[in-house]
Amino acid sequence: MNDRLHGTAAPVVNESGLPIQPLYTEAELAASGGAAMLGRPGEYPFTRGIHTLMYRKQPWTMRQYTGFGNATDTNARFKYLIANGQTGLNVAFDLPTQCGLDSDDPLAEGEVGRVGMAIDTLRDLEVAFDGIDLDRITVSLTVNGSAAILIAMYLAMAERRGFDVKALRGTAQNDILKEFIGRGTWVFPVEPSIRLVGDTIEYCATHAPKYSPVSVCGYHIRESGATPTQEMAYAFCIASAYADEVLKRGVPIDEFAGRLSFNFNIFGNLFEQVAKFRAGRGLWAKIVRDRYRAKNPGSMWMRMIAGGGGSGLTLEQPELNIVRGAYYALISALSGAQTMALCCYDEAYTIQSEYAQRISLRTMQLLIEEMGLCDTVDPLGGSYYVETLTNQMREAMERIIADVDSRGGIVGLVASGAIQAQVSAQAYQRQLDLDTGRQRKVGVNCYRIEQEDPQVELHPYDQAEARAQIERLAEVRRTRDSGAVARALDAVRRAAEDGDNTMPSIVAAVKAYASVGEITAALTGVFGRYREPVRF
Amino acid sequence: MTGLAAPARARPIKVVLGKPGLDGHDVGAKVVARALMDAGMEVIYTGLRQTPEAIARIALQEDADVIALSSLAGSHLAFCRRLAPLLRDAGLDDKLWIIGGNLPRQDRDALHELGFEGVFATGSRLPDIVAFIQRSVA
Repeated sequence: MNDRLHGTAAPVVNESGLPIQPLYTEAELAASGGAAMLGRPGEYPFTRGIHTLMYRKQPWTMRQYTGFGNATDTNARFKYLIANGQTGLNVAFDLPTQCGLDSDDPLAEGEVGRVGMAIDTLRDLEVAFDGIDLDRITVSLTVNGSAAILIAMYLAMAERRGFDVKALRGTAQNDILKEFIGRGTWVFPVEPSIRLVGDTIEYCATHAPKYSPVSVCGYHIRESGATPTQEMAYAFCIASAYADEVLKRGVPIDEFAGRLSFNFNIFGNLFEQVAKFRAGRGLWAKIVRDRYRAKNPGSMWMRMIAGGGGSGLTLEQPELNIVRGAYYALISALSGAQTMALCCYDEAYTIQSEYAQRISLRTMQLLIEEMGLCDTVDPLGGSYYVETLTNQMREAMERIIADVDSRGGIVGLVASGAIQAQVSAQAYQRQLDLDTGRQRKVGVNCYRIEQEDPQVELHPYDQAEARAQIERLAEVRRTRDSGAVARALDAVRRAAEDGDNTMPSIVAAVKAYASVGEITAALTGVFGRYREPVRF
Repeated sequence: MTGLAAPARARPIKVVLGKPGLDGHDVGAKVVARALMDAGMEVIYTGLRQTPEAIARIALQEDADVIALSSLAGSHLAFCRRLAPLLRDAGLDDKLWIIGGNLPRQDRDALHELGFEGVFATGSRLPDIVAFIQRSVA
């Protein structure tokens, strides 16, 4: 164990396995490859940022993860956050919605509206976004297994509200491969799941060309035990798998790559995180340009949301999470993120309170208004340490990607559970390191306060709300045109069977007020359900 | 002879570790599974999305000494209220039932009353979980 208070002569190695020197000079930088991959902001390889002026032109989008209970409750919280200066929305759905189940499904019992908002039909989504200007506020949908349905619903809702879908911006998480590694809201087997992601990308390229249909998540792979370099490398392998799926349909790379986006994690060593993002930006640009032969610089942008890092936060002394969140936000700003969402200090306990969310929002606003983070692009650029580490981390990521490719590619490694086994072994080692104090965690294995009673207000869960949601769904079922629903669901089934893009039929089905569960059932009837390879 | 050593068991302690409901947070379950295996126990990890009926059935089929759940998405009480009678009906009330995860202080008495002797909230240390099982399953 390094005793940080008394200095150390012992070797220091970062989480990604790279040795850290006590001092960096021109010599270390030159040995790592110098400025070959540095460039200027807004120019290939984009290591210093995807835009020329970055935050000088516009600060990052602030988008706290929000949603609970029903659409009405969530709409009120959305409006509270917007009134407090939030510039985007990041929607939390409950687990039944995320897993493609209706609120009245027996498997949804006890889970309706618990960890996010319950959405059964387009009617709910209309309520959720009532009164919100979707041209001004961009919306991110945190949904994966049932993403095709929720994207369809979102586009249908926006169209009915009179917004131009061709100009609509926003994001869906829709990264199913990482759900198989961690997070677990899968529905369909691996191959049809990737096909559905391809369907959404292909459909949006034509019908909603400003919409980002996928946000590839290193975030949850990191939560599951990956190192920072693995986090980026696996995310790029997954993004490539989706790109390959769309390319084989004959859609040119420059027609969709620019709408791929990323979601990354922040916790741990500050410099390692900053170097990770700078390295990742250069590497993704190189992959898209060299492997996929993209011509449009926008196709090469690693656009990202970063800020949260749930695994970095602690149950112990939860108020320290406010401080951690501020450092994570600083890292995100120093790393050139497009969008930021912070985990709230109370999240180890409960759905975030209004108060906790406001603190997270103010943390970001403070960086913008008081700390000068928007004045200059890539302020750490040129640091011997940061540049050397950026070069070394990019090389390490390339080695991981080469290893994945040599083992047959990410899809096979996820389907067999090999990636899951690897990251869970690392998660176990991390826990052992925390238990023994080899890895220090303030408030957990050092500077503990025993028998603390944290001041956290627990979010109430009301069973009556779940019953009301089920009643609303029943009301929609009573009043919709059931013949039209049956025909629409048949069309979904046929598209799935015939290998057509399923999105047009799913959009038609949500407009007929078919439910999330009904559309999912139509698809599982053709695709089957995922069977988890239990490996750890 | 100290006279205090636990009697030698004919077989290792067998744990069925289940992920109840729709909760997809499986890092903790897998970490605990590894810790129990390193302590010499046999662990059957069910994977995600288990119903109460499935967990009771697996526990019975596997002749488990310990029925362990990991729940982080808040539905622990609703789930355990459905699971407990199923375990009793299956004659598994003499087994050790434990639960870990995001378990608010206010729910812990109710979990004990339902029959979960070990309640290990987030922040519990692995050696404490191992020791509790070894002590309880003599």
